[in-house]
Amino acid sequence: MGDLTRHRARDDAPMVSPSSTTGLVEVFRRRHLLGLLVRTTMKSRYQGTLLGWAWSYLQPAVRFCLFYFLFQVMIGRGAETTPNFAIHLFAGMVIIHFFTETFNGGTQSLVANRSLIIKLAMPKELFPVARMLVALWHTGPMMVILVIACVATGWRPDMVGLGAGLLGFAVTMSLGLAVGLTFAVANVYFRDFGKVAQTLTQFVTFSVPMMYPYTLVAERFGETGAHYYLFNPMAEAVLLIQRCFWTGSTDDPAATAAAHLPDDLWSRGFVMLGATLLLLLLAQLLFARLEKGVPERL
Amino acid sequence: MSTVISVEHATKSFTMHYHRSLKQIALAKARGRQTSDTFNAVEDVSFTVGQGESVGLMGLNGSGKSTLLKLISGVMQPDSGSVLTRGRIAGLIATGAGFDLQLSGRDNLWLNAAILGMSRAETARKLDEIVEFADLGKFLDTPVTYYSSGMKARLGFAVAIHVDADIFIADEALAVGDRPFKRKCKQKMEEIVAQGTTMFYVSHAPGSVRKLCNRVLVLEQGRLGFDGGVEEGIHYLHYDDDDEDTQTADDGLGVDI
Repeated sequence: MGDLTRHRARDDAPMVSPSSTTGLVEVFRRRHLLGLLVRTTMKSRYQGTLLGWAWSYLQPAVRFCLFYFLFQVMIGRGAETTPNFAIHLFAGMVIIHFFTETFNGGTQSLVANRSLIIKLAMPKELFPVARMLVALWHTGPMMVILVIACVATGWRPDMVGLGAGLLGFAVTMSLGLAVGLTFAVANVYFRDFGKVAQTLTQFVTFSVPMMYPYTLVAERFGETGAHYYLFNPMAEAVLLIQRCFWTGSTDDPAATAAAHLPDDLWSRGFVMLGATLLLLLLAQLLFARLEKGVPERL
Repeated sequence: MSTVISVEHATKSFTMHYHRSLKQIALAKARGRQTSDTFNAVEDVSFTVGQGESVGLMGLNGSGKSTLLKLISGVMQPDSGSVLTRGRIAGLIATGAGFDLQLSGRDNLWLNAAILGMSRAETARKLDEIVEFADLGKFLDTPVTYYSSGMKARLGFAVAIHVDADIFIADEALAVGDRPFKRKCKQKMEEIVAQGTTMFYVSHAPGSVRKLCNRVLVLEQGRLGFDGGVEEGIHYLHYDDDDEDTQTADDGLGVDI
């Protein structure tokens, strides 16, 4: 009756604590589950809609058109100082959206999966990571809209720009996951952290150069002000994304980059990646420390 | 016979917080009231289980059965003492947890199998068996929202019962599910025991413990009160008084714990 291929642990396998996990490494080992979690989350998001997947393109497209008409046609914002302001804004928006969704989604992820966590032993990092991947997937359609707008204004991909974009995403990914992990576990202990996360994400939107050009910061707060301003990893990430898309869409990419981006964009970018990876490591250590109390506090 | 579960002086205590907000805590402190209290859900429990043993865990409500099970399944860690296991732990725990009601039964089947630790290959290999066991017919491809509670439970059980395990834990008795389905589950569990899988079974039903287990542990207020033979254990709990009624009433498979 029962199949003979049932798996069996070997008799000489060591006895281990059943609750031991290796954190993010374990998440990678269970990528089949991770993939399914991400896929089902996305599948259920557009369930019951007639347009289905089209919504994920429609929403950002409408948003971009809105920006275009409001800022470039109606207000005529940045005609001389910040050309293609709609792209300047939307490019930043893509990565900020990715960050805030990772951050907020990650923060809520453990509480939202309470029914699983209190009954099954599984690497709990799985849930913040899944939220990050869902957020990453959502940037896909936004990227498509952004690329269409960029190509329409004369943008052509260049290797340096693409490198900047990838670096920007890498910084955002490790920072988003770091804060997502930290706040996810903190939110289990005190739900206040969910509110703090919401407040912080609002702040992030205004703390990066997308609604205003980076040059404005140096103009108003001086060189020192701009120096401290760039300690914000998300400000750096937004500038990298703008190097990827926005500068190339203007009439004179080199001049725009020289005028609107800091000279040390690249070195700052790599330092920032190192710093956010370190943060991620610290977040993982904190998470591992606090996660054993999670099932009873949920 | 090698040891697969070893519990040594395991203690797990919980802290109850009566107040959560700062204002409430301050007020309670000012009035000299307790703001929190700890109690031991599992206290100084020690035992070992060998390969192929089938252990019934019994005890009254609140005696710490579920907490002990969570220590063994790895959901929680003991505050002191140790819990060690060998091999994969699975079974009827959290059946149907994590179902996404918007998605079809089939999608949920794959997701649930992965949650319970099954690989893609393992799920694919057992898919037909699981589908046949759940016996949902054409409902397999409709969203789980439209399922009756019995159908939802059947899907959850069908997946959980097919996970290969070295230690099979059953924490949920079949409160839902009709008689034919209960019988099918019982048969499958007996099959699992017959294959030599270590079974850890929580139940209030002496009938099913007699059938499935060859050893009984009884918890009393977190402490191990009895460890020994099945009949003696059931007698220890005074569960054998009206045995005949129970056995016919619930068909030998437990009521809720």
